Amino acid sequence: MRGPVITCAMRAAARRALAFALILSAPAAALAHQETGQAAGLVAGLTHPVSGLDHVLAMIAVGLWGAVLGPPAIWVLPVAFPLVMAFGGLMGLLGSPLPGVEVGIAVSAVVLGAMVLAEVRPPLWLAALIVAFFAIFHGHAHGRELPEGTSALLYSLGFVVATGLLHAVGIGLGVAHRWATGRRFVQLAGGGVALAGLFFLWRAVA
Amino acid sequence: MPRRSRLPVSVAAATLAAPAHAHLVETGFGAFYDGVVHLAVTPGDLLLVVAVALLAGQRGTEAARWTLFVMPAAWLAGSLLGARYPIGSTLPVLTTLTFGAAGALVALNAGLPAVLVAAFAGVAGLSHGYVNGASMAPGGASLLALAGVTTAVSCLLAILSAQVTTLQAGWTRIAVRVTGSWIAAAGLLMLGWLAGPGRTLSS
Repeated sequence: MRGPVITCAMRAAARRALAFALILSAPAAALAHQETGQAAGLVAGLTHPVSGLDHVLAMIAVGLWGAVLGPPAIWVLPVAFPLVMAFGGLMGLLGSPLPGVEVGIAVSAVVLGAMVLAEVRPPLWLAALIVAFFAIFHGHAHGRELPEGTSALLYSLGFVVATGLLHAVGIGLGVAHRWATGRRFVQLAGGGVALAGLFFLWRAVA
Repeated sequence: MPRRSRLPVSVAAATLAAPAHAHLVETGFGAFYDGVVHLAVTPGDLLLVVAVALLAGQRGTEAARWTLFVMPAAWLAGSLLGARYPIGSTLPVLTTLTFGAAGALVALNAGLPAVLVAAFAGVAGLSHGYVNGASMAPGGASLLALAGVTTAVSCLLAILSAQVTTLQAGWTRIAVRVTGSWIAAAGLLMLGWLAGPGRTLSS
């Protein structure tokens, strides 16, 4: 009995198929060094602080309080806050535990809102200390939530810049404090932040 | 090659993934401009140059002039050194520390003398330049590309530090300090990412 006949045409077809398979399976040299996920990291960092209302309100309250206190507090607080907040973030990233983070964030909104409502004017060092204390909670809670595959540096930068811009919003609203009607508006805004803080506090401990 | 053989080979060649010669951005304008753009897409380097320019501008004209001379020269020297004697790591902790420290000095409005500002800029430029050279040269970067990076550093440094030295209004000086604070804060967080559990300081 004769076996299968392999013709020249079949051999040529087999060679072509083999060449095709070899080329497709050739590994591409991975010389990549490019930092990936940069745009995604920046956008994620910029949007992260505005994704939580408790953080947003507390940051705006920092700006409002700075505006109520006037110079030099109006610029000391926005300079000091990001640094201390980043220190809190560093603690979180290094795995240092901080008890009651959510409670601390909620209390920050209550306290800062109440300061604006009552127009409390403590000495600068005390105001900076109060803000710095709460900044650690905010940094610890939010600093380590880096989405997968994004640039850590640009995420961090975006996070810090967005927080600073929220302060700027508070300072901008606080400019109204110069006028009698505006002063009431600023106090009202502080009261609103404090009330919202109470709600967040209830939610955190319930 | 027989006509029938060309089609599958052509299709295979067209679908073959090209090697990724990344890190060097290809602008299409040549190696020099690839180097210029490299600074813009390397956030750590960009933050350092911005922070040092703000610091030099804060400290006045003399500090800005010294820095403008020292930093690009150190950057180029570091690049050449890195291209000649590369190491496997991109030294992320060192480069993060440099821009973080520069940002902190700006935020504190530290009253450093001009010589110290220039010395800091020199050390920082040397280390970032070294990493540039060590990471860009294996990707095919030529001396022209390294010169492009140095030129971009010089231009950004000159424009920004000159602007800051002319600032008079109180709030603009405060804006400079706030920017420094943001850069320092980003550096602190980045150190946390590098040193945190499950990460390695050398990666």
